[in-house]
Amino acid sequence: MKIYRILIAKPGLDGHDRGAKVVAHALRDAGFEVIYTGLRQTPEQIVRTALQEDVDVIGLSILSGAHLQLSQKVIELMKKEGIENIPVFVGGIIPPDDVPQLLQMGVKRVFGPGTSLSKIVEEIKAILQQGVASAGES
Amino acid sequence: MYDKDFLEKLSEKLEQWQEQVESELKKFPERRKNFTTQSNLELKRVYTPLDLREADYLKNLGLPGEYPYTRGVQRTMYRGRFWTMRQYAGFGTAEETNKRFRYLLEQGQTGLSVAFDLPTQMGYDSDHPLAQGEVGRVGVAVDSLKDIETLFDGIPLKEVSTSMTINSTAVILLSMYAVTAQKQGAQIAELRGTIQNDVLKEYIARGTYIFPPQPSMKIITDIFEFCSSKMPKWNTISISGYHIREAGANAVQELAFTFGDAIAYVEAAIKSGLDPNVFGKQLSFFFAAHNNILEEIAKFRAARRIWAKIMSERFKVTNQEALKLRFHTQTGGSTLTAQQPLNNIIRVTLQALAAVLGGTQSLHTNSFDEALGLPTEESVQVALRTQQIIAYESGVADVVDPLGGSYAIENLTDQIEEKVWQYIEKIDSLGGMVRAIETGYVQKEIHNSAYEQQLAIEKKEQIVVGVNAFQTAQEQQMRSILKVDPSVEERQVCALKELRKNRDNNAVRTALKELKEAAKENKNIVPYVFEAIKSYATLGEVSDTLREVYGEYVESTVL
Repeated sequence: MKIYRILIAKPGLDGHDRGAKVVAHALRDAGFEVIYTGLRQTPEQIVRTALQEDVDVIGLSILSGAHLQLSQKVIELMKKEGIENIPVFVGGIIPPDDVPQLLQMGVKRVFGPGTSLSKIVEEIKAILQQGVASAGES
Repeated sequence: MYDKDFLEKLSEKLEQWQEQVESELKKFPERRKNFTTQSNLELKRVYTPLDLREADYLKNLGLPGEYPYTRGVQRTMYRGRFWTMRQYAGFGTAEETNKRFRYLLEQGQTGLSVAFDLPTQMGYDSDHPLAQGEVGRVGVAVDSLKDIETLFDGIPLKEVSTSMTINSTAVILLSMYAVTAQKQGAQIAELRGTIQNDVLKEYIARGTYIFPPQPSMKIITDIFEFCSSKMPKWNTISISGYHIREAGANAVQELAFTFGDAIAYVEAAIKSGLDPNVFGKQLSFFFAAHNNILEEIAKFRAARRIWAKIMSERFKVTNQEALKLRFHTQTGGSTLTAQQPLNNIIRVTLQALAAVLGGTQSLHTNSFDEALGLPTEESVQVALRTQQIIAYESGVADVVDPLGGSYAIENLTDQIEEKVWQYIEKIDSLGGMVRAIETGYVQKEIHNSAYEQQLAIEKKEQIVVGVNAFQTAQEQQMRSILKVDPSVEERQVCALKELRKNRDNNAVRTALKELKEAAKENKNIVPYVFEAIKSYATLGEVSDTLREVYGEYVESTVL
């Protein structure tokens, strides 16, 4: 079975990395190869790392309230680089009202506080497998 | 405390009782095989006088206001005056936050606590590329003295005490606050308040570091020195376990790493020639209160005893005022749930109660909607009312350390103390806290604990009501969540451009040049920052000047 590579990134100035690290750890335990960026990455840096590391999926962790701007920026840059097919997840303190906007801009899933690790792992796997299946069909 | 004969008799009696319990357990087993606290402290079924270590009352407990301060730092505690009710607040522009402050003061809040946005905490002006999207988000945006003047407009700084959650740029905000107070007609010597100024925990847990550890320690020591003589009523640092706890540490680790940091600050200050008997009076602490009431109360009591011993035994401090651990408490943000958010009111109540029973000097209670976003005025009011109900209605404030002497609490207090000393020894053996942080030891310990806690929740060994048990199909939706006006950034940037145009730019250049020279020559930089601030040099400009001299810290990521 293919080993998926996931980039866990902390965009913006937010220093809360507990969630990002715990999710990264769980994904690693679930068999993913995890690349964690560390704090304070610009969207440019994140997209560059995604390209260089040839990742299959990107997870953004944002607790500062800047999720709309930062996610938008990452997705725009991904389009520019032609890697918008890589699924993006967002986790953090996200007001429920903002979730539809995030999904609309192309974020695949939003994981708020209290989401179980197994749910995150399962959903990411499911989306990746869907992606493989549809790529196979075309 | 008890005579030998009595203890022997009790011991026999207890053995008989245990046998009875064992036989009953076959029919009625307990809920769990082992009961432990979050820090893996063993919890016995029942505690008796046999569990009181050494049982030397005067040595281990003493009276309130007396060494080792286990029972409190004041003799009368809340019978004299309640703890300071201090809600952390700040968002958007200085005008908006000024309105919230006035609202909180009108509602009976007794001290202010300022939240700054991330660019302010990181030393970037609002028009810096990295500030995009972050201006006014998690706190108020501050670019120059002008914003601080607006922030405290109509609030007499001579009378209120103000706590500022600011670390890497603490020297800048302290200067802005002091200059604003002077302009209001106050003497800076009479100002009361606190700057967080605890950079070591930023490397460990909170992330808003700018400079490498060595220059950061130098700036902190400069502030200690400046305030010892010029601002003697000001708390020069709030050594914080809160963020360490929120990052995943357990209660024991929270104390251990906080004291590890504290020891490093005291050592640095002594090394630069300061007297701990003097600057020690101005050190304050900041802890979290989580849900396990018994463990939390014991933690606060143990903390006071440990600090008194560190100061007196390790640093030979004799001034009583410098032995007392005074602390602020905040209820645990990470314990709030986005699911069934009203349940958080109960969690906050329990945590606040633990803080009060633990003898806190000031308290912030979280709002129930904070797992979803910034709190609204309504939810902030409930949070403040929670404190007021504990103060005015519960009766717990009428006796000093009312749980002192509880066999269970005293035993937990002893256990926590012992475990903390073990950690402190370990940190010493690693070459001190700065080294332990640089090698990633501390971060790794915290991360492992965070992961364990999450796995315990996944396996339902730890129940979180509404999250992994007692879920409801229909999630309550929050009626309203505070929205930060998206035009804040634009307005802030406009005002900043205006300021740069209209100020005396020659004066700014001169002040920044002098600051740079002072930093290079290893002088105390505080007076130079004051001068730069007075000229309306911006926070970003002052920070950049210091970056040029000190460089920037790059984290080695530990996972």
